[in-house]
Amino acid sequence: MSTQHPELDALRERVRAAAADRTPLTIRAGGSKAFYGNRCDGARLDPRGYSGIVDYAPTELVITARCGTPLADIEAAVAAERQMLPFEPPRFAAGGAQATLGGMVAAGLAGPRRVATGSLRDFVLGASLLDGRGEVLAFGGRVMKNVAGYDMARTLAGSLGTLGVLLDVSLKVLPLPPAECTLRFELDEVTAIRRLNEWGGQPLPISASAWCDGVLLLRLSGARAGLSAARTRLGGGPVGDAAASVLWADLREQRHAFFGAGDDTALWRIAVPPTTPPLNLGRTLIEWHGGQRWLVAGCDAQTVTRIRDAASAAGGHATRFRGGDAAVPAFHPLAPAVAQLNARLKQAFDPAGIFNTGRMHALA
Amino acid sequence: MLGDLIPLPGAGAVDVARQRAVVAKLRETLPDHCVLWREEDTRPYECDGLTLYRQLPMVVALPETEAQLIAILRACRELEVPVVPRGAGTGLSGGALPHGQGVLLSLAKFNRILAIDPLARTATVQPGVRNAAISEAVAHLGLYYAPDPSSQIACTIGGNIAENAGGVHCLKYGLTLHNVLRVRGLTIDGEAVVIGSLAPDVAGYDLLPLVVGSEGLLLIVTEATLKLVPKPQKQQVVMASFDDIEKGGDAVAAVIAAGIIPAGMEMMDKPATAAVEPFVKAGYDLDAATILLVESDGTPEEVCEEIARIEAVLQAAGATRCTVSQSEPERLRFWAGRKAAFPAVGRISPDYYCMDGTIPRKRLGEVLKAIVAMEAKYGLRCANVFHAGDGNLHPLIMFDANDPESIVRAEQFGFEILELCIAVGGTVTGEHGVGVEKIHQLCLQFDKATLAAFHAIKRAFDPPELLNPGKAVPTLNRCAEFGKMHVHGGQLKFPELPRF
Repeated sequence: MSTQHPELDALRERVRAAAADRTPLTIRAGGSKAFYGNRCDGARLDPRGYSGIVDYAPTELVITARCGTPLADIEAAVAAERQMLPFEPPRFAAGGAQATLGGMVAAGLAGPRRVATGSLRDFVLGASLLDGRGEVLAFGGRVMKNVAGYDMARTLAGSLGTLGVLLDVSLKVLPLPPAECTLRFELDEVTAIRRLNEWGGQPLPISASAWCDGVLLLRLSGARAGLSAARTRLGGGPVGDAAASVLWADLREQRHAFFGAGDDTALWRIAVPPTTPPLNLGRTLIEWHGGQRWLVAGCDAQTVTRIRDAASAAGGHATRFRGGDAAVPAFHPLAPAVAQLNARLKQAFDPAGIFNTGRMHALA
Repeated sequence: MLGDLIPLPGAGAVDVARQRAVVAKLRETLPDHCVLWREEDTRPYECDGLTLYRQLPMVVALPETEAQLIAILRACRELEVPVVPRGAGTGLSGGALPHGQGVLLSLAKFNRILAIDPLARTATVQPGVRNAAISEAVAHLGLYYAPDPSSQIACTIGGNIAENAGGVHCLKYGLTLHNVLRVRGLTIDGEAVVIGSLAPDVAGYDLLPLVVGSEGLLLIVTEATLKLVPKPQKQQVVMASFDDIEKGGDAVAAVIAAGIIPAGMEMMDKPATAAVEPFVKAGYDLDAATILLVESDGTPEEVCEEIARIEAVLQAAGATRCTVSQSEPERLRFWAGRKAAFPAVGRISPDYYCMDGTIPRKRLGEVLKAIVAMEAKYGLRCANVFHAGDGNLHPLIMFDANDPESIVRAEQFGFEILELCIAVGGTVTGEHGVGVEKIHQLCLQFDKATLAAFHAIKRAFDPPELLNPGKAVPTLNRCAEFGKMHVHGGQLKFPELPRF
């Protein structure tokens, strides 16, 4: 599915040469998420020359584009057809950094709507990859339902460039909801977590939730008639549309005041089963009905252990998401059996160990 | 006859000494009634839902405990015996077809629902639990398990995970992958491994998409935690007739273009409605070239608003008749015909062969016209039912299995449809899996480097390659052999075979 493109040959030559002399490469396009993951040293490989929307048929609900395409271009193209990337990827465009499609998929991050629509991985239909041998592999396809071959395209989501250079990606898109509104509740943390999960089991058009400092915000999306019925049922106070749209965008982009970490503190992301009671690790911002919890905390050994132990005990994992001590591994340690599968997969795609090695886990 | 086209895994006479050794080894840990090897006992396992291909397994193992399951895997690893996992045996691509020199591992006895968490909206089940049993067990909570393959009253969740099973509601509710949070499985070494999480994501690579849909080639799933969703308060369906199949296809695109994601959107062509109507009396318009069923679900307010929009779009797209279900019995009757399409075709033809390609929806008219031309070419009838929302076609090719020559034509008809699906930018399988059935077509859909990567993924999970070998991914050698048989460019495929 990779289209012939002059840049592709250059990328392939670069990778083959790097593999031959085992030169580590750091894949980096706009650098909007360079803070995320462990530091890895290597010659920069910038795939932004491999860019452009290849195919977008709104009535098929599928867009295919090259990895170097600015995310802003993709979002503009789908918005023009009243469609969206349903997982609301953060763009992290601070300081003029420009997110690309490849970086978006490699990071695998999602925004507030993930709780209702699913993760980035859920919307990947196909992807091609330049592997560590310089071969172009094409997984999945451009159709909604496809069970031919292992679904490696989705596993590439969140693989942080450690398995190869993403080339073309096909994503499922969805129509923009006809209407949205935001409600505000004053609830303590325990009640908010319980209430969100109870609502999750009812046919309500909730498309996002965020709790911090005793205030729960709830976004509803859907048919107008459905929204007004749901508002009546849920109660809560109204939030004006303009304020609400700034608020959800600030959460998505981590511009919300909560995320302003100090010099020696880190922003921790703790992913846990949504019904997990409060972790009592400090001031917390909760998204995804309790599934995603943000914490600003230090990186001293004791704090790291406390955070990681709490996440493990709940059946989740904790990520040093941004900032803090670079010597603290960004990602939660893996169970031995899973670590072995990760290592074998890395070895299968990148036998010379050239791609972003160490950015995720130090694999044996 | 058929084996000439598709070599069955481990075909040939059973090595009796080896069979004895495997039986003896398994009986060290399993009670006698859990190990079958006499032909009269293994015969019921000779095929799955794809009955065109049959073969006896060397041994059938029916473990009752996880300890026994681990012992079986370790024994097979030690003796280098292939292992073929099997759920209810309803699969349609031969994924559970036995290996002639292998152990058929039935997970039927792992049939308990282990836990239901109403607040978290999850069910943790063993692999042998039936799909429909999950929704039945949580109905009192106002929840259900969304994926609904047509075999849902019989098929098991283990098989659904193996195939990444779909159903009629995928466009809105996703495939099995989107509804499975975590699986626990055993490797060929009998080591337990947990893939996925009840948290929204995992550290490390997301391996769940590899495991779901892996057709039993990577792990033996012993437990799965599934996502449950709230039952919609209301469901209503619009049934629309079109006098031209392409108009029907355009109507599907128009619904999507209007920003509507229906709960289900199904299409049936004239041969399909003609087959089901006498059988089901669903009230289908038999004059229509195609009928479209479009379902809305949600709160009463949402459904009322959406149904009105759907109806307007279908009218504007040229529907010759448009009926909205006015009661739950009427809605179920509209669907009854679609759900009975396979057995109804089975009533008008001795046998039928169900295909499963997916195409970009905009190519629908062209593909259906080509299928009509193939009916003449192969001298066989074909009815089409179509998951229109997600482009997944199920042509039902009618043939007579008592006539070997008719089987060959049916098979070739099917292969030509699959190759057309690839040619228009689709895939050879939307939801039934590759199994043995479509293994050759994978040589056409994927290039050598990608097939080699699939094998590397297989070895990452199963280094000795003992889990369900010979299925799902063709070897490069087999593709080379297939390439020799396969002549492109308008020429006949398999030219050595007789044509009628």
